[in-house]
Amino acid sequence: MTGQSVSDAKNQLMGTIDQDTELLRFSTAGSVDDGKSTLIGRLLYDSKSIFEDQYEQIKATSERRGEEGVNLALLTDGLKSEREQGITIDVAYRYFATPKRKFIIADTPGHIQYTRNMVTGASTANVALILIDARNGIVEQTKRHSFISSLLQIPHIVVCINKMDLADYSEEAYNSIKEEFSNFANKLDVKDIHFIPISALHGDNVVDRSQNMPWYEGQTLMHYLENVHIGSDHNFIDCRFPVQHVIRPYTDEHHDYRGYAGRVAGGIFKKGDEVMLLPSGFTSKIAKIDTYDGELEEAFPPMSVTMLLEDDLDLSRGDMIVRPNNQPNVTQDIDAMICWFNEQPLKQPRGKYVLRHTTQEVNCLVKEVRYTLDINSLHRNLEDTKVHLNDIARVVLRTTKPLFVDEYRNNRITGSFVLVDEATNNTVAAGMII
Amino acid sequence: MNYNISHLRELEAESIYVLREVASQFEKPVLMFSGGKDSIMMVHLAAKAFFPARIPFPLLHVDTGHNFPETIKFRDDLVAKLGAKLIVGSVQTAIDTGMVREEKGFNASRNGLQTAVLLDELEKGKFDAALGGARRDEEKARAKERFFSHRDEFGQWDPKNQRPELWNLFNGKKHFGEHFRIFPISNWTELDVWQYLALEEVELPSLYFAHKRKVFHRDGTLLADTPIIQRKPNEELIEKMVRCRTIGDMTCTGVWESDADSLEKIIQEVSTTRMTERGGRTDDKRSETSMEDRKKKGYF
Repeated sequence: MTGQSVSDAKNQLMGTIDQDTELLRFSTAGSVDDGKSTLIGRLLYDSKSIFEDQYEQIKATSERRGEEGVNLALLTDGLKSEREQGITIDVAYRYFATPKRKFIIADTPGHIQYTRNMVTGASTANVALILIDARNGIVEQTKRHSFISSLLQIPHIVVCINKMDLADYSEEAYNSIKEEFSNFANKLDVKDIHFIPISALHGDNVVDRSQNMPWYEGQTLMHYLENVHIGSDHNFIDCRFPVQHVIRPYTDEHHDYRGYAGRVAGGIFKKGDEVMLLPSGFTSKIAKIDTYDGELEEAFPPMSVTMLLEDDLDLSRGDMIVRPNNQPNVTQDIDAMICWFNEQPLKQPRGKYVLRHTTQEVNCLVKEVRYTLDINSLHRNLEDTKVHLNDIARVVLRTTKPLFVDEYRNNRITGSFVLVDEATNNTVAAGMII
Repeated sequence: MNYNISHLRELEAESIYVLREVASQFEKPVLMFSGGKDSIMMVHLAAKAFFPARIPFPLLHVDTGHNFPETIKFRDDLVAKLGAKLIVGSVQTAIDTGMVREEKGFNASRNGLQTAVLLDELEKGKFDAALGGARRDEEKARAKERFFSHRDEFGQWDPKNQRPELWNLFNGKKHFGEHFRIFPISNWTELDVWQYLALEEVELPSLYFAHKRKVFHRDGTLLADTPIIQRKPNEELIEKMVRCRTIGDMTCTGVWESDADSLEKIIQEVSTTRMTERGGRTDDKRSETSMEDRKKKGYF
């Protein structure tokens, strides 16, 4: 990217936004010190997403609290208790847009006691933005965030080596951290990693190219975020349509209408396709893919549509429409990694929970905890199988009814589930099927 | 063939998914309708989600009695067109029967009184899910909201103990007497809403478009002239071209100097403005955490 087109891109930020922009969700994690808030603040500020009255308000709050400068963290730390303590507790969602894309940032705390919030933010992200302080290199928190990004199968990771201004904009410093991270990432299941040396404070390589690092010839962060290919992040191969809701209008006009409403979880469904229904195993053909705006020829993720079949068959919420030659695993035995979210540890032995998977809800019992995982060392602990708040564990579950599942790494929708404690109704765990 | 959809269509698909999830997981949902653009968009999305069937829940309007007359007319026309059921909770009646007490003074507002009436209507109607058009980009406490937001039997929000919400798996389980607030358009920004309303050619109240109106300045905000606001002696009436960016009570909704009289001009204005949409809402300005405080008590 030349200097000219960079300033063009920035000018465009001020212009109107086309309605054909794509949506990209990315997660960040980190503490106050590593410059995360400064970076987010800069992305928002440079894309004109911080408003004057908002800015005046946080400026006034910063001054009242006797802080130096304007504390951009106050933008995202919205709750009273967070502002009092000066920490991010819950996931905060921030929004900004450029002419090319609209961005949703899931901003999460980086401390180990908030692992569950990191997992939550990572669950829907296309990109994980990992920040490393150039002076400190890889620290525990970097490893934790990277591991969670790989566990949650975020398709792309962008590693920003920040505070380059405090490391003399040194290419050696950048290269040594890059190498260290690459070695560590070899142990993780990560497909796409990208490195960028930046200074969030001074704006080097955030939106504009750095004048201070002529040795770096790659893209700026904004350019990366605007251009990273996310078109293949969904699974377009394996056709999966969990039935969410059955539409029966019961009106004279639509007397025999029976539509299966849902969101496509995988694959491309076409009108006329032969399909198989689970759990019954019956086959039929797609008579119509219906929407309010008219019929569609095909439907693919993440569209919400209504399917009509040629035959009158019994099909209801929790069932799944698939292709006869490409079926998910139909099973009552679930092998999965879970992240535990609750202060009450996992009930053992044979703890019972409600399991929610796509549009299905079943009961399950925990047959076995194979190991717990130390997310700093990635060490598997086979002896200590107690699962506490924020722990990651490998478990085997038995469900009361068969689920229609795929491996999480092949499909984030049909491969994920949550566990609910029936006594409290709380969501107590997130699961990724292996 | 390119298997990408635009951000507006992706947001639409997400909202439709949430609306269908509500119809499946709850026994008696209700859609909170204020007459503002966000709730108008919600009604539009609900019509899409259940097409060709009717929207499977009624609309609930908490009427403060201080609405712009245009809002009420628009509401009644829309309900008639949809063939939907409308429930109106009246703040005036609540004041008359002594359930709540009216604020006094120059900045008196019925905004806070809406909470009691809303909770009363939810209880009377035995509603277990109340759908609202709140967005996370609107306000910092709303930025922390879940799609499925749990409320205890007093309608209270506990922001520190929210249920984790992952992927698209929503947990609507509750104990007897508790309910949920559901926010299907959480991820939309103000600009997204306007772009979508323009794309879908959704009809909107005239208040959103620039028009001539008698207004006066108070605390940095322009307020519309109406018999229900008592003006101070130094508050002079002036005629200006204005429009509303949000629509709430006349007492607390600031109007905005603008000549945007079409959706295209509004989109242009929204995408270049340097002030937030709720910047003219005096109800948010009462304290730094006024939204969080109200939400904890059961405000939407």
